[in-house]
Amino acid sequence: MSTYSPKTTGSPGPTEETLDIRDLGFWLYLMTDAIIFSLLFATYVVMFQNTATGPLPIDVFDIKHVFAETMFLLFSSVTFGFASLASVREHKSQAVFWLIVTIVLGMGFISLEVIEFVGMIESGAGPQTSGFLTSFFTLVGTHGAHVSLGMIGITVMIFQILIKGLTSPVKSRLHRLGMFWHFLDIVWIGIFSIVYMPGWLI
Amino acid sequence: MLGRLGLDSLPFYSAIAFGGASITVLGGLAVFLLVTYFGKWRYFWDEWLTSLDHKRIGIMYIALAMVMLVRGFVDALMMRSQQAISLNNDGYLAPEHFDQVFSSHGTIMIFFMAMPFLTGLINIVVPQQLGARDVAFPFMNSISLWLTAAGAALVMVSLVIGKFSTAGWTGYPPYSGAEYSPGVGVDYWIWALLVSGVGSTMTGINFVVTIIKCRAPKMRLMQMPLFTWTTLCTSLLMAFAFPALTVVAAMLGLDRILGFHFFTNDSGGNMMNYANLIWIWGHPEVYILILPAFGVFSEVVATFSQKRLFGYKSLVYATAAITILSFSVWLHHFFTMGSSPNVNAVFGIATMIIAVPTGVKIFDWVFTMYKGRIIFHPAMLFTIGFLITFVLGGVSGVLLAIPPADFLMHNSTFLVAHFHNVLIPGAVFGYFAGFQYWFPKATGFKLDRAWGVRSFWFWIIGFYLAFMPLYALGFMGMSRRMERYDVAEWQPYLIVAAVGALSVLIGIFCQGMQLYVSIRDREKNRDLTGDPYNGRTLEWQTSSPPAEYNFAKIPDVQDIDAFWDMKQRGVAYAPSQNYEDIHLPRNTGIGVFLGGLGFLIGFAVTWYIWWLVALGFLGVLACLITRGSQDHTYEIIPAAEIEAHEKARIKALEAHKPAPGDFWS
Repeated sequence: MSTYSPKTTGSPGPTEETLDIRDLGFWLYLMTDAIIFSLLFATYVVMFQNTATGPLPIDVFDIKHVFAETMFLLFSSVTFGFASLASVREHKSQAVFWLIVTIVLGMGFISLEVIEFVGMIESGAGPQTSGFLTSFFTLVGTHGAHVSLGMIGITVMIFQILIKGLTSPVKSRLHRLGMFWHFLDIVWIGIFSIVYMPGWLI
Repeated sequence: MLGRLGLDSLPFYSAIAFGGASITVLGGLAVFLLVTYFGKWRYFWDEWLTSLDHKRIGIMYIALAMVMLVRGFVDALMMRSQQAISLNNDGYLAPEHFDQVFSSHGTIMIFFMAMPFLTGLINIVVPQQLGARDVAFPFMNSISLWLTAAGAALVMVSLVIGKFSTAGWTGYPPYSGAEYSPGVGVDYWIWALLVSGVGSTMTGINFVVTIIKCRAPKMRLMQMPLFTWTTLCTSLLMAFAFPALTVVAAMLGLDRILGFHFFTNDSGGNMMNYANLIWIWGHPEVYILILPAFGVFSEVVATFSQKRLFGYKSLVYATAAITILSFSVWLHHFFTMGSSPNVNAVFGIATMIIAVPTGVKIFDWVFTMYKGRIIFHPAMLFTIGFLITFVLGGVSGVLLAIPPADFLMHNSTFLVAHFHNVLIPGAVFGYFAGFQYWFPKATGFKLDRAWGVRSFWFWIIGFYLAFMPLYALGFMGMSRRMERYDVAEWQPYLIVAAVGALSVLIGIFCQGMQLYVSIRDREKNRDLTGDPYNGRTLEWQTSSPPAEYNFAKIPDVQDIDAFWDMKQRGVAYAPSQNYEDIHLPRNTGIGVFLGGLGFLIGFAVTWYIWWLVALGFLGVLACLITRGSQDHTYEIIPAAEIEAHEKARIKALEAHKPAPGDFWS
C-alpha cells in the first residue's frame, strides 16, 4: 500500500486535519439536501389528492415493481458498506469489486425506475396530467437524479482507487460518497413509506 | 439553434430601455478596455479571479455589492421620480417597464447587493477573528463567489437581451406562471436566484464548519467575538433556508418550461403552496441579512465607546433566539391568504416575540455606550443612526404582526415603508459601518473621515424623507407598485419621497468621493500598526493588509476580547523563535469556470437553447471530477520566509509604536 504524506512534493495534499473537517462539511451538505427532500415530501402530501381528471395513486403504482426497486437499492447500500470495510482493511481489489457490484445494483434500480416512469407517461399519467403526478414525478425523479449522480461518483472513485491506490484523500472521498449513498437509501425508505405504501393501501 | 433568441430581443423598442442597455454595455466595455490598455489581465487572473484567499474573495464580494448597489439604486430613483409626477398621467415609464423596475430593484438589492456585501465582510473578518489562517473550504468559497457573480450577471444581461420579470421580487404565481408571463423575464429571475442561491447555501456550510472547526485551539464558543457569533447564526440560516428557495424556484421553472402543475390555476395546482415555500426561505432571509449587521454594530459600538461590550452573553442568547424564532413566523407574510384566525394568531404572536430578543440587543448597545468615551468615527455614526431609526421600523413591524391590522395595511406603501425602515438602518447601515470600520484592515489604508460623515448625513436624512411619507401614504390608502394614480392628496408626499431619494443619491456620491479621495491620499493614510482603533478582537492583531497566512503563530486566546487582553498582558506582539511551515491552498481557476458555466446554463434555459444547457452541465461535471481527483492542491510557505516577514513587521511596529491613548480620534 502506498503511504500518504502531505509534504512529499512542492505542492502537497491536504493534511489529516483538513480531511476530518471535510466530513463535518459533508454532513451539513446532507442536511441541506434533506431539507430539499423534506419540502418535496411536504409538497407531495399537500398535492397527492389533487388528481384533477387524471388517475388516482392506486391506479398507477405497481407495488411489486416498487418492491424490486427497493431491494436493488437496499442491497446496493449493503455492498457499498462492504466496499467501505474493504477500504478500511486496505483491500484494494475487494473495494473495487464491491463498488462495481454497487453500480450494477444501482443500474438495476435506475432501469426499473425509468421503466416505471415511461410506462406511466405512455399510459397518460405523465407529470403534466395533474398536481398529484407533478409532485410525484418531481420527488421520485429528484431522488433518481441523485442516485445517477452517485453512480457517476462511484465510477470516478473506482478509477481513483485503481490509479492512485487507497491513499488517505481517496479513502476520505470514498467515505463521504458512502454517506451520500446511504442517505439516498434513507430517502428512498421515506418515498416507499409515504408515496407508494399509502397509495397502495388506500 | 438559438431557441427564442432573436434580433427582436434587443431593446430597440423603447428609448429608456435602450439607454439602460447602452450604459450596461458601455460600462462593461470600458472596464474591459481599461484592463486591456494597462495590460492587467494576467495580474487580475493570477492575483484575484483565481484566488482562494478569503480576504481577496471578500474584497471581490464587496466590489460586486457596490456595483449592484448603484444599479439597484438607479431603479429606486426611477420609481420615485415616476410616482412624483404621474398624478393623472402616464409619467415617463410604461406600465410594463415600471413593473420590471420594481422587480429588479427588489431582486438586486436582496440577492446581489445585501448578500454579497455581508458575505464579503464575513469573508474578510471572520477567519481573522477566529485566529484562523483560512476558511474550512477555500475552493468552495471561490465557487460561491463566482456563482453569486453569475446570478448578478444574469440580471444585468436581462437589461440588454430580452426583458426582466414583472412579477415582483417574490414572483408569486399564477401571475409568474407561463400563462400570464410567457416572456423570458421570469426565467431570468428564476435562474438568477437558482444559481446564486446554490452559492449562498455553500457559503453557509463553509462558515458553520469554519467557526466550529477552525477556531484558535483555546478559543471557547463563549469567547468568540459577537460578529463571529452572528455569522455562525446567519450561516446556519443560509444553509437551512436557501434550499427552500432552490426548491420553490425549481418548481416554478418546471411549471413554466415543462408544463407541470405545482402552482397553476387548473389541473390540481396549488398556488398557496408557493407562498408557503418561498417565505419559509424568505423570512429567515431577513435575519440572514440583518444578523451580520448586528454583529458589526456590536464590534463598532464596543471599539468606539472604548469599553467592553455590555451583556455579551445576553447578546449571544438573543442572536440564537432570533435564529430559531425566524423559522416560526413565515406565515405573517400572507395573513390575508385565508388561514383560520387561530393560525394567524399563532404566527402573529410568534412574530411579536421576536421583538423581545431584538429589544435586548438594542439595550445592550445603548448600555455599552453609556459612560463610554465615544469616538464619532463614521462607523459609529451609522451605528447610532441605526439604533434610533431601527426602533421605529421594529415598532411598525409589531403593528403589522397583528393580523387584523395587517388586513388593512397589507400591500400598501405602509408595508414598503416598514421593511425599508428595517433593512436600510438594520442591514445596509450595518454593512456601511463594517465597510468604514474594516477598510484599513482589508486594504492597509484608512478611509477619509469627512466624506464618510457627509455620506452618513445624506443617507439618513434621505432615508427619513423617502420613507416616512410612505407610512402616511399607506394609511391614506395607497397601494404599493402603482405606476400612476388619481388621488391629488398623495402627490405632495410622493414628491417629498423623491427628494429623499435624491438625498440618498448624494450620500452614494459621497461614498464614491470617499473612496476616490482615500485611494488618492493612501500614502498619507497608511495603517502601519494593523490596529488603527486600539481594537479588541483578534483581526486587529494581524498586519494591514494581513499576510496571506494571517497569523504566523496561532494566538493564545484567554478572554472574550482576546486581542485587548493580549495587549494588557503585553504579549500581543511578542516575537517568536520557532516559526513553522504553513500549509495553504493554491489558486485555481475552476471556481471561475463553474461560475461561467452557471451563467451559461441560466442564460441557455431562459432562451430555450437546449444543446447549450446540456453542454453546460457536462462542463460542470468535468470541472467537479477534475477538482475531485486532484490531491496536490496546497502549497507550503517555508518557515524562513515567514520569519523574515514577521521580523520586518515587528521592527516596523517598534518604529510606529503608538503612545498610550494615541489612537484615532
